[in-house]
Amino acid sequence: MKRLENVEGRAIPLGLKNVDTDVIIPAHWLKTTSREGMGRGAFETLRADPDNLFDSAEYKGAPILIAGDNFGCGSSREHAAWAIGDLGIRVVIAPSYSDIFSGNAVKNGILPVVLPQAAIDRLMEVAKTDPVHVDLDTQTVTTPFQDRFTFEIDPFRKMCLLEGLDEISLTEKSDAAIAAYEQKLDADHPWLRPAA
Amino acid sequence: MANEGSEGTTENCVFLCHSLALLCGRRKWSGMTRPRTLYEKIWDAHVVEQRPDGTALIFIDRHLVHEVTSPQAFAGLRASGRTVRRPDLTLAVPDHNVQTTARLDAAGNKLPIADPESAAQLAALEKNAPEYGIRYIDAVAPEQGIVHVVGPEQGFSLPGTTIVCGDSHTACHGGIGALAFGIGTSEVEHVLATQTLLLQPAKTMEVRVEGDVGPGVSAKDIILHITGVIGAAGGTGHVIEYTGSAIRALSVEGRLTVSNMAIEGGARAGLIAPDETTFAYIRGRPYAPKGADWDAAVAWWKSLATDPGATYDKVVIIDAADIAPSVTWGTSPEDVVPITGLVPDPESFTDPSKQAAAAKSLAYMGLEPGMRMQDVPVENIFIGSCTNSRIEDLRAAAAVIKGRRKAANVRWAIVVPGSGLVKAQAEAEGLDRIFTDAGLEWREPGCSACLAMNPDKVPAGERCASTSNRNFVGRQGPGSRTHLVSPAMAAAAAVTGKLTDVRELLA
Ligand code: SF4
Repeated sequence: MKRLENVEGRAIPLGLKNVDTDVIIPAHWLKTTSREGMGRGAFETLRADPDNLFDSAEYKGAPILIAGDNFGCGSSREHAAWAIGDLGIRVVIAPSYSDIFSGNAVKNGILPVVLPQAAIDRLMEVAKTDPVHVDLDTQTVTTPFQDRFTFEIDPFRKMCLLEGLDEISLTEKSDAAIAAYEQKLDADHPWLRPAA
Repeated sequence: MANEGSEGTTENCVFLCHSLALLCGRRKWSGMTRPRTLYEKIWDAHVVEQRPDGTALIFIDRHLVHEVTSPQAFAGLRASGRTVRRPDLTLAVPDHNVQTTARLDAAGNKLPIADPESAAQLAALEKNAPEYGIRYIDAVAPEQGIVHVVGPEQGFSLPGTTIVCGDSHTACHGGIGALAFGIGTSEVEHVLATQTLLLQPAKTMEVRVEGDVGPGVSAKDIILHITGVIGAAGGTGHVIEYTGSAIRALSVEGRLTVSNMAIEGGARAGLIAPDETTFAYIRGRPYAPKGADWDAAVAWWKSLATDPGATYDKVVIIDAADIAPSVTWGTSPEDVVPITGLVPDPESFTDPSKQAAAAKSLAYMGLEPGMRMQDVPVENIFIGSCTNSRIEDLRAAAAVIKGRRKAANVRWAIVVPGSGLVKAQAEAEGLDRIFTDAGLEWREPGCSACLAMNPDKVPAGERCASTSNRNFVGRQGPGSRTHLVSPAMAAAAAVTGKLTDVRELLA
């Protein structure tokens, strides 16, 4: 997983509430076999409009997305996080997220920043003309105009993002415990191994 | 069993798989002698490592893999140079995308799948499974079928085990007393690599259905009724154990139907305690324990039943006599009424958000408040899905269809058996002829119109009486209108061309 510490750049001022997973990545993109390239389907319906923000000269490839309440609601599809990541977005800033989306985002190296609506309104303003800076270590979002917003994040998620740790590597640290469990299982419940 | 390493080193404690929102329900064990529920016993038996924050690394006994949610997981393994830790505990079978029309030509060659993306997903599974040493049932194998039908049928799913699959209806296997739940693609990769998941214990909920159901009332009606009572979020954060005499009286197939839809009530998993009915069902199946192993297994399974005096976080009691043949009117599985009922008035709901949702649902469904459900015409019939495609489901539908004809206004009516073995059994019993003589189509096994990833779709604006589990907007194809029903009710709708009280046809 890519590490994430400081992200500075243009922020796409989307601002919409209840952006659901169908908006982020329409269902027909589920029929893929790769996580890569999903950025092409990201926000497909919004991007059907030739004047959309995502493909504008100003915001194309921007690493930050600003949205409204309840971002990522709808289905559990992890494709939503893949699509956003593949678009080049590393940080989403919104007042709230669906639980599943924020979990999937962190697993895929994307930081979901939670800020109150007033801060979102201000950042939407700044994003029209200027870059935004997100510092995970100090948990702050700053602008060239001395705005400074701090955000909360679960310490474990923070560590995972900062160190680029994925969950599998973490579980692999428990390898000895898993092996011991498997041994005991074979001894206690040998019937659990499916007949050949 | 193993409950070791509890005080571990873990700086890595707080990580919850949020898609595994087996949330809340932190309980403090006061030793193992406390009376425990079935769920708690299975959980305790699978703890590899207890973390101080209440989460635990849980061993996964069975991993079912299908073609839609696995390609990216295998790609992840490949990219990180990892292997599959326990291919022997993993079983792969394609089901979501497969065509339900012929898969072989007259010469026995595989017929191609028209949609290139579906074909690519199938090809990926066909390549990945053998590459990682995973048991693979090919799309043209006699045992192929919907993963949740195949698991129990093969004796691969067993009571007291933990079972995962990248599909939310994995809850189905709870019908035989397995703790089974759906996972996302990252978790699929995690299980492939480590055979474990880091989970937080769920709260427990008992749904007790007491008494006898009336004639024409099936397991599907029981679970639709339950979903209507508890609501689509009623089980959120809980694992539901279904108990009571009406549940005990169900066959294993009926229990699979009930547990299948635990997720429609918001629960991650459902459970029904394994009993003699369960053991009789499992015995002799290909992957089931044999000989002395069998006796040891049964002894352990018997010990899993909820202890007298154990308590649940939530209890809902339902009188079986209140359950009628049921049908959904809206776009949430909680939108359930008896077939004798009326389309509700959105104003009749007290919750304003439900009022708005109901109004939206009715507009989408093209229904008016106060309409009799029995007057709603249907143009499509789908008998299939992991909820209702086992042999008893097909028998129940055939019993209604026998000697009757599909109504003229029914444009499309398909019967999709849950597996090749179900199909063969049905054909041996002559059920296929009953369906085809009545004008219904008899198809090859797969998910089919349950989610319409393959060509089996309900056209926009048309209705379908469907034995599947989700009536979401667009679930059976863009603009499709789904009414969830039992197999007998779907059969009744096929012959009358409208939603029908099957009891009238059985009389
Ligand atoms: S039949 Fe439907 S619910 Fe069941 S596994 Fe297939 S798509 Fe999922």
